[in-house]
Amino acid sequence: METLLQQIINGLVVGSMYALVALGYTMVYGILGLINFAHGDILMIGALVALQAITFAQHTWPHLGALPTLAFGLVVAVPVSMLMGYVIERAAYRRLRNAPRLAPLITAIGVSFLLQTIAMIVWGRNYYSFPQLISTTPLQPVKGVYIAPVQIVILIVSAVLMAALIVLVNKTRIGRAMRATAENHRIASLMGVDANAIISLTFVIGSGLAAIAGVMIASNYGIAHSTMGTLPGLKAFTAAVLGGIGNLGGAMLGGILLGLVESIGAGYIEQFSFGFFNSSYQDIFAFVILGVVLVFRPTGLLGERVADRA
Amino acid sequence: MDELVRIVPYFGTHNPKVARAIVLALILVAPILALGIGPAWVRILDFALLYVMLAVGLNLVVGFAGLLDLGYIAFYAVGAYTWAFLASPHFGVHLPFWIVLPLGAGFAALAGVILGFPVLRLRGDYLAIVTLGFGEIVRIFMNNLNHPINITNGPQGINMLDSLHIFGWDVSRRIVITDSFSINSLLLYYYVFLAFVTLSVILVQRLQVSRIGRAWAAIRDDDLAAKAVGINVRNCKLLAFAMGATFGGVAGGLFGAFQGFVSPESFSLMESIIVLAMVVFGGMGNIGGVIIGALLLSWLPEVLRSYAVPMQTALFGQVLLDPEILRMLVYALALIFMMLLRPSGLMPAHSRYSRPDLVLANKRVGP
Repeated sequence: METLLQQIINGLVVGSMYALVALGYTMVYGILGLINFAHGDILMIGALVALQAITFAQHTWPHLGALPTLAFGLVVAVPVSMLMGYVIERAAYRRLRNAPRLAPLITAIGVSFLLQTIAMIVWGRNYYSFPQLISTTPLQPVKGVYIAPVQIVILIVSAVLMAALIVLVNKTRIGRAMRATAENHRIASLMGVDANAIISLTFVIGSGLAAIAGVMIASNYGIAHSTMGTLPGLKAFTAAVLGGIGNLGGAMLGGILLGLVESIGAGYIEQFSFGFFNSSYQDIFAFVILGVVLVFRPTGLLGERVADRA
Repeated sequence: MDELVRIVPYFGTHNPKVARAIVLALILVAPILALGIGPAWVRILDFALLYVMLAVGLNLVVGFAGLLDLGYIAFYAVGAYTWAFLASPHFGVHLPFWIVLPLGAGFAALAGVILGFPVLRLRGDYLAIVTLGFGEIVRIFMNNLNHPINITNGPQGINMLDSLHIFGWDVSRRIVITDSFSINSLLLYYYVFLAFVTLSVILVQRLQVSRIGRAWAAIRDDDLAAKAVGINVRNCKLLAFAMGATFGGVAGGLFGAFQGFVSPESFSLMESIIVLAMVVFGGMGNIGGVIIGALLLSWLPEVLRSYAVPMQTALFGQVLLDPEILRMLVYALALIFMMLLRPSGLMPAHSRYSRPDLVLANKRVGP
């Protein structure tokens, strides 16, 4: 029982990080119909920039304290990632908006590759240890079940961010413009919405969330490197598809579910396969789920039926 | 071949016969010239030929049938591991190449069908991501199937693979003619690979203008319309997957034999993307373009590798960009700029390819 509870907690923590990243995928897909392959790498850039800023802060103001240092890292990393998202959309995707579907996807793969290369040029291929500014010493609320303060912070921050995003999209003027653009950007612009600005804004918001998720992932595992974005990126995409791509609630649900399946699966796979599989197969779950969902319910759990072709 | 002939300066347009001779001579003499610079360059050429084969196979899936496959390297892995299982001391089995290569190709084709069957209903971009997932799953299995039964030997990989023996003749051993003159095994591999590549290219060219090839083109351009004229879209797509995979499987087997060592590291997502970059760079759907793309993109990074380091040390006194990073940069920029500036590639597939009957008659359509 403790194991199950423990896996659920781990799953929730990992899942909420996936959910944050998945929101970026789903927002961009909802508006442009584009799988922004480079999203995971923006996460990586966010984490590495934050690392740089935190190291700088620790050297310059050694007495700043843990939380302000982390906050400083975020204050630097989030705008950098946002700018990155903006530039990428502007330079690489905007020209291809009316191109055949595969063209922007291939470009996106190229951009993802390019971001990794840039990160390698700037930071090298080393694995950096990410300063764990929030304690990772596990607390034991129930006997046999552990949760670290950093994990609690991750849960709270992602919940707050997701709530804020939902309010933004559903209650504000900008949100209405975003929804209108997603519906049909031609008609939205006829109604006076600056569709280009809204699309840029979507990339900016998504990239900001990705940067925060990147810092979370790095703090949780205590490590940051130039290819750290690929796998979380793919998994977050899976989460977005699982929930129904284009649907914000779906991305959150999908992220949490994926996190839970992964950690519970990894915890029990050895038992169920009579020792043949072990937890090193953890990464397979996401891809298998992705395949199964797309084949049997391509619209995901919460997605609406969309036409096959535009 | 004709596409390659056409790019020869001057002769290509004025005297195709001379141009054809030039291309042929270049293909045959290239490794000897490369040997003059150093054996490493012959090795690069050998690998370039393997990449040509992969690119030609992927082109069949992406360029002809319009299915973006991001897990293509998995089929290459299947071929290579088949070779490793059936022709190495790992299991103590040493079968000859004419059993192992077809088996590898068969397994790869089977993998293609297994992957293709569930996913072919998916729309283009979803298909891409699922195939990517498939590639990753294969890699995870290769990495972890060393426990509890050791099948793949995990991340260490399998080494001491048998080299290619063709009817008792070991390709990896140099042929000694006199004491002072011998033929390097890298050269021998080049010509063996060349034979395989030539065969594949001829096969693919015939396929393209066949009934199946035309069906693929129809599906790529509009699968609803293709269905309406009575093409069995599902079977045709499956066939494209299986055929493309076959080429990957054969190339994988040759890779295993040539390298003598396989490990999951050689079959990462990055490799899939490199092959895709070659196809996109050369021109999706155009065999000649794809060959050029594969040759250029496997050769360019190596040139950069050998010149960039000395140049950087001369200019800045230290190595700022290591060659591996330069290599990635080349592929990334190739993908982005090709899509932005010249989406149909270096040598675009001519519209006449949608009229294969005219291709056969060697006529031009349109202006």
